[in-house]
Amino acid sequence: MNALDIHDLTVSYRDKVALQDVDLAIPAGKLAAIIGPNGAGKSTLLKAALGLVPTVAGSVLVHGQPYAKQRHLVGYVPQRSSVDWDFPTTVLDVVLMGTYRRLGWIRRPGKAERARALACLDQVGMADHADRQIGQLSGGQQQRVFLARALAQDASVYFLDEPMAGVDAVTEQTILSVLQDLARQGRTIICVHHDLDSAPQYFDWVVLLNMRVIASGPLATTFTADNLRKTYGGSMRAAIAHFQHFEEELEQAKR
Amino acid sequence: MNIAELLSDYTARNVALGSSLLGVTSGVLGCFAVLRRQGLLGDVLAHAALPGICLAYLLTNSKSSLVLLLGAAIAGWLAALALLQIVQQARLSEDSALGIVLSTFFAAGITLLTFLTKRGDAQGAGLDRFLFGQAAALIEEDVFVIAVLAAIAIGATALFYKEFKLLTFDALFARSIGLPTQALSVLLTSLVVVAIVIGLQTVGVVLMAAMLIGPAVAARQWTDRLGVMVALAALFGAAAGLAGALISLSAENIPTGPVTILSLTLIVLFSLLLAPARGLVWRRLNRSGG
Repeated sequence: MNALDIHDLTVSYRDKVALQDVDLAIPAGKLAAIIGPNGAGKSTLLKAALGLVPTVAGSVLVHGQPYAKQRHLVGYVPQRSSVDWDFPTTVLDVVLMGTYRRLGWIRRPGKAERARALACLDQVGMADHADRQIGQLSGGQQQRVFLARALAQDASVYFLDEPMAGVDAVTEQTILSVLQDLARQGRTIICVHHDLDSAPQYFDWVVLLNMRVIASGPLATTFTADNLRKTYGGSMRAAIAHFQHFEEELEQAKR
Repeated sequence: MNIAELLSDYTARNVALGSSLLGVTSGVLGCFAVLRRQGLLGDVLAHAALPGICLAYLLTNSKSSLVLLLGAAIAGWLAALALLQIVQQARLSEDSALGIVLSTFFAAGITLLTFLTKRGDAQGAGLDRFLFGQAAALIEEDVFVIAVLAAIAIGATALFYKEFKLLTFDALFARSIGLPTQALSVLLTSLVVVAIVIGLQTVGVVLMAAMLIGPAVAARQWTDRLGVMVALAALFGAAAGLAGALISLSAENIPTGPVTILSLTLIVLFSLLLAPARGLVWRRLNRSGG
């Protein structure tokens, strides 16, 4: 069975169409990348799949059932920039949020949840930072904390929004090996990814997106020059140059 | 009067109790308002309460605090609703919408207030104490109403602490695990309205927002944990409320609200300058010390 089935999904922000007639099927156990230019609707696709933005039309099935029924199967890593890292809370506290759904209303996390959160922090190499305030972490460390929170959700389908954008090399390798472990256990990874260079090394399934799905399938048959040209419009070289420029801007913005 | 006399005095006891309860409640709820970057929303809701108070009096001819505060809460609610509609329908930026709603409601409030205070009945004349607050006017019934409202607001915050924390830190994630973030948001804003309503009698509509923002900002300087921040804000709020009430009580013709806010400002300034790690002085010292 497919981990994710999307049919005829259309999303618009006010009058502007962000995604049009998206059809998508991702089999279970895949490490899938969603790739496309800026403004292609990659994040929107994740958010629509998770019911975080209103959809005009279409349906989303997780393991064959509507998403609202399958929340317990889903883990989510939002973009790092979507929260205020000056928020007064500790690393362990953030990871504990991954246990909130199972805890339900009002109940507070206890010993079992703490132990679980610490184990997840250990998986991303951050156990010795558990008591730090989250604002004291580097960007890469913050990203690993977000990943640990998703691990604490113990999901079977993981949605990650640009987990490797602007992180250090150690973090990128840590994230990759965690994701590969998850896939080996039969879990599904669906990851918005910005780097065309590393995509073929990291993923075994790709979705090329530019408001519509240009191509979706196994890496070898889908990640082709022809499909990339269709996705990015101009030539491949222009697309890659564009991304390098984008990354440089990102780096500068961080300084 | 000296402090010992004050505390044995009936009025003073009411005033002390009421104003410290106000401080605790606005300190607790203010933390969430500030972390959600909704400090200005508090200002709008407080100003919007004025026409509600006046209309409630005009319609019922009663000056019972329950009636007046109910009017204030309803007006605050309507203002929040108007804000939401303006942002969504008219596509104005949020700060413009805040400005429009604040000035409209406050203008209506001042118009009504002037009419009520100038028409010559002695009853209506007292309403202008809601502008800058008058702790000395608190009677036992007021304190009882304040206590009940404070218990509701703080109780609800304690109950939904985990949910409010997640909502405030990461609303997207909260929604992804199925929390009704819209409903929680409405609940949290409603509790802020309750905190504001509590403060109207002692601090007044004009300065009430500072009672939400100040304790939270001061508390944030001393800690990196939300739980501790909430507790400290409650403490700071109570201290400022108490100081303001007692000072205004011990001298003639000093409005409670402004004195309360000035006391609070001292706490905020002290925290911003001297709190370890975040305080300006320590940051300077650390930098020069390498």
